[in-house]
Amino acid sequence: MAPLDNNEPRKIGDPLKIPQIECGAMADTNTFAAAPEHNEPLGFPGELLENWKEVAIAKIGELADKNRAFRVYLDTCVKCGACTDKCHYFLGTGDPKNMPVARQDLLRSVYRRYYTFAGKYFPWLVGARDLTKEVLDEWYTYYHQCSQCRRCSVACPYGIDTAEISMAAREVLDSVGMGQKYCNEIIAKLKKTGNNLGMNPKALRATLEDLEEDLEDETGIAVKIPLDVKGADILLITPSADFFAEPHIDGLLGYAKVFHAAGVSWTISSYASEAANFGMFIGSYENMREVSWRIRQAAKDLGVKRIVFGECGHAWRVGYSFLNTLAGPFDFLDQNYPIPQHIMEFTSDAIDDGLLKIDKSRNDEFVMTFHDSCNVARGSAMGRQEGGQFDLPRKVLKAVCNHYHDMERDTIRENTFCCGGGGGLLTDDLMDLRIKGAKPRMNALQQVTEDHGVTHMAAICAICKTQFSKVMPKFGYEMDNIMSVHQLVANAVILDGQEDEADQAKAEETP
Amino acid sequence: MISTVYAVLFYVATLMMVVGTGMKVLKYARTSAPLKIPVSPAPRTKRGVWFRMAREVVLFESLFKSNKWIWLFAYLFHFGMLLVLLRHFRYFQMEIWWWVELVQPFGKYASFAMLAGLIGLLIRRIFQQRIRYISAPSDYLMLALLLLIAVSGTMMTFVSKVDIISVKAFMLGLLRFRIETMPVEPVLLIHLGSVALLMIIFPISKLMHAPGLFFSPSRTQVDNAREFRHLSAWAAQLPDLPEGIPAPEEKK
Repeated sequence: MAPLDNNEPRKIGDPLKIPQIECGAMADTNTFAAAPEHNEPLGFPGELLENWKEVAIAKIGELADKNRAFRVYLDTCVKCGACTDKCHYFLGTGDPKNMPVARQDLLRSVYRRYYTFAGKYFPWLVGARDLTKEVLDEWYTYYHQCSQCRRCSVACPYGIDTAEISMAAREVLDSVGMGQKYCNEIIAKLKKTGNNLGMNPKALRATLEDLEEDLEDETGIAVKIPLDVKGADILLITPSADFFAEPHIDGLLGYAKVFHAAGVSWTISSYASEAANFGMFIGSYENMREVSWRIRQAAKDLGVKRIVFGECGHAWRVGYSFLNTLAGPFDFLDQNYPIPQHIMEFTSDAIDDGLLKIDKSRNDEFVMTFHDSCNVARGSAMGRQEGGQFDLPRKVLKAVCNHYHDMERDTIRENTFCCGGGGGLLTDDLMDLRIKGAKPRMNALQQVTEDHGVTHMAAICAICKTQFSKVMPKFGYEMDNIMSVHQLVANAVILDGQEDEADQAKAEETP
Repeated sequence: MISTVYAVLFYVATLMMVVGTGMKVLKYARTSAPLKIPVSPAPRTKRGVWFRMAREVVLFESLFKSNKWIWLFAYLFHFGMLLVLLRHFRYFQMEIWWWVELVQPFGKYASFAMLAGLIGLLIRRIFQQRIRYISAPSDYLMLALLLLIAVSGTMMTFVSKVDIISVKAFMLGLLRFRIETMPVEPVLLIHLGSVALLMIIFPISKLMHAPGLFFSPSRTQVDNAREFRHLSAWAAQLPDLPEGIPAPEEKK
């Protein structure tokens, strides 16, 4: 943390503090629009259609017929207001259109106008409005200020999920040619190369070989990070950020050590070298299915028995909740293991089975806390017990660290705050929004820093890690104060035959 | 004359409410849910989902966790109204069921809980900045209509009593498709008229939250996507994607 200028106690903001409404505060914050070459590979029109109005209205009707959640959520909101103070973007910006119900109303008002009796005949009474270009632009602005984290859905008495509305709105926008550059460009890249980075198999192999060298330098043991190995038992599907970004890479080294220590054969696939599935962010079932399908193809082609997902939040939501739907049935895999399995489940089992030799003191320099990633917390599960997605990462952390403290209860587990960069908003053109959206989480972190001396925060999501490494310096932390959970595992695990540091030091002393 | 008007009004209102709501519910039931989207942590069994839904319906659990004031007012209103409605059974039966007798004294005073809840919700809607922002005219009018029903009903119980025997005769008559004469008391006409209006707008308003709750996938789905493949009818019709990886030269 940055040193204090004086001896006054630090003024730490309450992470749950509700701001005064400030109309239009974020009205000018817009993410870059997609170009035709980003939209077309996804099956969307390249640019705004001439008959966009008819197409958009028809699309809303189509979605209401194809998605029960969309229809029921548009109909049932009573405007009770319970969700109004739950969105991190509202807490961080004060813009009332970032209140979940107000965000839903941007689309609900149009749905009502064209698809409900009250809206057709008494629009002024129920707040229904015509679809105009201004409305469309407003959707583009505010549906790209929602990270689809579902915190509002937990608060709603009917479980209305703004994420569903926001995904649908983006699908409507895409259907008329108003895609977002960040998401659509990335999906197009993945369809070409198998990962969001656009990294080809050759570059990937070279990267993994470098990492193997690093591991051997560190441990003195040839720990492998296999690529495209046919007949391996486990196919690891991990976000491509794990191949190049910090602290993601350290997490990947952690998986490699755990697999090595557990003695299983595993491989990464160059064809499905991406866990992330941005098809979810744009609400496109077809694109999400196509991206997921690569995992099935790779698993079949390599002849693996199990699929394990690395640390990635929305990928795990797609993996846990949607993969079986989108790319199943996985009758060709070993049915004795969950399909797919999370690396946290694997590591947790390895700890229980005594497969890992752990020296917790190697993480003594860190006082840890854990950031529950929104999609893992509210859109998926782990393990055999309800709530395993909260308990397993904490169990693993506590197994490898001596110092651990949770943040305030209303900001973790099912009430966790989004990092501020999820849902397709992890782009530099939205940096202002990302910093404001991270504020609630950062305030909660500052609290435990003050109360317990917490120095570092761990996460199991590539987006969270990238977002925090960017925004933490704005809140008095260093960019490496965010860590991968498996980075801490990697620090603490001692592999068979690995000399530990004390021995090494002794060996160096003796001439 | 007034009796005939009200009789027709009630037949129409009942028809609108039952058919309208039925059609909406049918639509909800027939619309597929393409993906598993329970908000987790979610129950992993059907029985667990029943339990979750029971807690939502009986305790308003999610609302309690998210906002204590709204919960308090909403709870006073809904359960006040429930007792009041149960008490009203007596106007539709010749032989009054024992539990309707039992509920009678509670139902009478529950109208005050209902009123308190409604007033609390209205005050919040007017004075709480965020809720005022999201309110449309219909949101205020809905509360006003419910207040009208509750105030007129409470008045008849505690202030200006009406000839309740004739009212009951009128209602029993309606059930047998006979139009009896009802007492022409302004407060009664307001009460019954506003109830009929509420019934008419039920299927086309946010009152659909009552049946809607039971069709909310984020609450009603079982968290078992890994164990059981969930596939919607329209998704099953999508064209097949290729099995196996295309050869490398194609990839390039």
